[in-house]
Amino acid sequence: MNTQALFSQLLIGLINGAFYALLSLGLSVIFGLLNIINFAHGALYMMGAFVAYFLLQWAGLGYWAALVIAPLVVGLLGIVIERSMLRWLYQLDHLYGLLLTFGVALVIEGVFRNEFGSSGLPYTIPSQLVGSYNLGFMFLPTYRGWVVVLSLVICLATWYVIERTKLGSYLRAATENPTLVQAFGVNVPRMVTLTYGFGVALAALAGVLAAPIYQVNPLMGSNLIIVVFAVVVIGGLGSIMGSIVTGFGLGVVEGFTKVFYPEASNTVIFVIMAAVLLVRPAGLFGRAQ
Amino acid sequence: MKLARVLVLVLAAALAAGPAAAQISDGVIKIGVLNDQSSLYADLAGQGSVVAARMAVEDYGAEKKGMKVEIIFADHQNKPDVGSQIARQWYDADKVDVIVDVPNSGVALALNQIARDKGKALLISGAATADLTGKACSPNTIHWTYDTWALANGTGNAIVKTGGDSWFFLTADYAFGHALERDTEAVVTKAGGKVVGKVRHPLNTQDFSSFLLQAQASKAKIIGLANAGGDTTNAIKQGAEFGIVRGGQNFAGLLVFITDVHALGLPTAQGLIMTETFYWDMNDKTRAFAKRFAERDRGIHPTMIHAGVYSAVTHYLKAVEALKGDDGTKVIAKMKETPTDDPLFGKGTIRADGRKIHPAYLFEVKKPGESKGAWDYYKTRATIPAEQAFRPVDQGDCPLVKK
Amino acid sequence: MTKPGGGEARTSVLDPGALGPASPATAPERVAEWPAHHLAAFGVMVAVLVAVPFVRQIYPVFVMKALCLALFACAFNVLIGYVGLLSFGHAAFLGAAGYASAHAAKVWGFPPEAAILFGTVAAGGLGAVIGTLAIRSRGIYFANITLAFAQMIFFFSLQATFTGGEDGIQSVPRGTLLGVFDLRQTTTMYFTVLVIFLLGFLVIYRAVHSPFGQVLKAIRENEPRAVSLGYRAEQYKLIAFVLSATLSGLAGATKAIVFQLASLTDVHWTMSGEVVLMTLLGGLGTVFGPVAGAFILIGLENYLAQLGAWFTIVQGAIFVVCVLIFRRGVVGELGRLLRKPL
Repeated sequence: MNTQALFSQLLIGLINGAFYALLSLGLSVIFGLLNIINFAHGALYMMGAFVAYFLLQWAGLGYWAALVIAPLVVGLLGIVIERSMLRWLYQLDHLYGLLLTFGVALVIEGVFRNEFGSSGLPYTIPSQLVGSYNLGFMFLPTYRGWVVVLSLVICLATWYVIERTKLGSYLRAATENPTLVQAFGVNVPRMVTLTYGFGVALAALAGVLAAPIYQVNPLMGSNLIIVVFAVVVIGGLGSIMGSIVTGFGLGVVEGFTKVFYPEASNTVIFVIMAAVLLVRPAGLFGRAQ
Repeated sequence: MKLARVLVLVLAAALAAGPAAAQISDGVIKIGVLNDQSSLYADLAGQGSVVAARMAVEDYGAEKKGMKVEIIFADHQNKPDVGSQIARQWYDADKVDVIVDVPNSGVALALNQIARDKGKALLISGAATADLTGKACSPNTIHWTYDTWALANGTGNAIVKTGGDSWFFLTADYAFGHALERDTEAVVTKAGGKVVGKVRHPLNTQDFSSFLLQAQASKAKIIGLANAGGDTTNAIKQGAEFGIVRGGQNFAGLLVFITDVHALGLPTAQGLIMTETFYWDMNDKTRAFAKRFAERDRGIHPTMIHAGVYSAVTHYLKAVEALKGDDGTKVIAKMKETPTDDPLFGKGTIRADGRKIHPAYLFEVKKPGESKGAWDYYKTRATIPAEQAFRPVDQGDCPLVKK
Repeated sequence: MTKPGGGEARTSVLDPGALGPASPATAPERVAEWPAHHLAAFGVMVAVLVAVPFVRQIYPVFVMKALCLALFACAFNVLIGYVGLLSFGHAAFLGAAGYASAHAAKVWGFPPEAAILFGTVAAGGLGAVIGTLAIRSRGIYFANITLAFAQMIFFFSLQATFTGGEDGIQSVPRGTLLGVFDLRQTTTMYFTVLVIFLLGFLVIYRAVHSPFGQVLKAIRENEPRAVSLGYRAEQYKLIAFVLSATLSGLAGATKAIVFQLASLTDVHWTMSGEVVLMTLLGGLGTVFGPVAGAFILIGLENYLAQLGAWFTIVQGAIFVVCVLIFRRGVVGELGRLLRKPL
């Protein structure tokens, strides 16, 4: 057994898993509070990468500025989407939310594809993170290592905020019984809006992280979103820790499959999802509703 | 960037009298440029091919000769179903007489069949698969600029001769990649090398990390890139991140265009060896063409695909003028009978199997210090004479070739 | 104040009951007993479609594409409009049938009617397998599980050798129908497709406006009550699923013969999204809605084809507008205006 091949693919899998985790975290947070499956998540991730690209091209602002600005800009856009469109759907079946966000995703992707075509635009790795470490079994590009570290930090910080702080407790309470929480004086609609904005900002942050390695490309979101759906469902819709663990975990599983059974590496996540849905419909970490 | 459907250049109000116009269907020669306008092959073909086609029509003096020529274009998005639908609509409903370019061998093969079924003409400059003049050869198609056999023969042989005798293939998973991998593998094994592994990647892959790691694990001396355009440049760029060259391996770009070198930059691309059939800086005529082309196409210098479109359209118009008609099958036959001559490829011929013959060149990308400026990227390593550049006519299993 | 989402209390999805007057309570046995407005609309539809090859300006191949996709949308509508289940993976049936029929025609030399039949049956079989596994879920979970299975079919199609991957199965022969009709003639092919479409349409109409259809409606409105009345809800839903899959397969198999190509586009999830849009735009749960939706969408696609990604943008915009303010769809609104369900 080729250990070099195994470890290097597992490491790549971990890096992919970092993106799965970040994106499914945002999706989970949004679903938990809004009960909406945000199909536009992939498109907003892509916008995060493009904002980083624009900042570099037009304003000369590099990666570090983009890490802060892009999520804010896209988060704001998310707030606009929620206020203008999503909030009319809360009384309806939440599949309408899926269809609306699907439409939003198509519009965003179409606009960018019109302007920029469908092959990638280059975004250079920030100079502080160029180079690679010789790990023996492979050269690990420094930047990719950074991606894993930063994603972990952000995921754990989000989990901490939601599960261990007062703000998080309001959020969790509002998920269970919004009327009661509103009665206690908490402005629930505003919390809902800000939550959507936050979830979307997480996606944009993932986009900035992805820009130097996955190329800035209008299709980058749609390729990823279907897989992320599967991740969220496996982890349990609405479960924060579930998304994080499942995201990283499935990335590693994918890497593992690439070594032993490469043809199945595309489908393994979906097979797992189908199996989980049949056996434990609420997901591995989800609460049965 | 994106233009709406444009019907351009209805040349000549004055119709030449009588017979000349009468046998050309509806009195108009309609040329359709079908290629990838928005994805990974947009730079090496794309709008540049439309520009090349227009230049060919103008340089030919169609207007003065009283021929009405229209050029339209469309984006096949690298999908055979999209390409097929456009081709059908063009041939059936929009009275297009000839379709040119068509990079993406999968789409080209689909169109090859459609043109044959409808008796129309197809001039391929962009697609690579040598099957177009092999098992899929057709009396309605001419394969112009280059093909996978020529690439394998040129680059493959040269690299094995310089010591690259163990190969790992990174292949685009569709008709083109399969053909290029097959033809190069044959050359490598014949020259005494061996292929230690292969992996296929989807078309338009953005992240090559897992494929590159497999290539590294194979310890092959040469990583053969059986892909093109954005796929090739991404693989090379990411290869640098993963220390491919530092680890002692080298890339063999089996299909590289000058636009790719431009995108990569000389520091990354230097030393790459490739086979092409045209370079803008070879002689005064090509330089003059490149200058005019660059003025019309945002400063970009023509790739061999653009040159091929120019050459093919020129020869097509010659044949139509001589025939005084534009029936697809007849024009193709006429084009095969007539030797070719244009400023870009010089003199050449077209064989019975539809293969256009001209010399091929082995180029090497200059080091940054050797280049005098933008687009000055190649030095010529060798010239492969026309008779040796392409697969011998009797080896292709083409039914049109009498044994 | 708004409570986001509705929890799982509601088992049905996108309740078309809210969309307008319900379908007639009686099950028509003979054409003469069909409601007059349905008969009239059907007559208009047939008349228009028959006239197409004789109108110079219309390109019959375009209408054939629209007919295949209209059948696909009608089949999809069975599931969403009458059972209340949103499948986000219906492209699997369209595309798989296309590959099956293309392979049968090209490699096994089947005549077109046999190839299409083979493709249809293959889709039905696939529907039975996926349906059995998926029917236990509802709502979002059902949508997700159908999406998962469709993705598996997509990646299988990408990697299997017989499907040709990115290149697809090309040069599929049109053949001679029943040994008599040469399908390479556009007009002959057109009428064949029209007959197939009308057949599929009538099968769906009959199934839905029948006692079987009534039970489906009961299940959609209140499943526990239907079960308590003795109906095996799971079985009914499964039968509807297989019916929907089979007729989607008929559409896909025919499309592969018409275009002589089976490709990845027909198994990609964006095709699943398109059929949802067609049905939504036309009118969920209406009889003629999916047909209208398909024709409108294909027309738009043709018109916008040269304008880069504008079609995608327009599709997205239509989704948004329909979900927000046009949930009944074109035919649904028309039906409401005429006060007769269409």
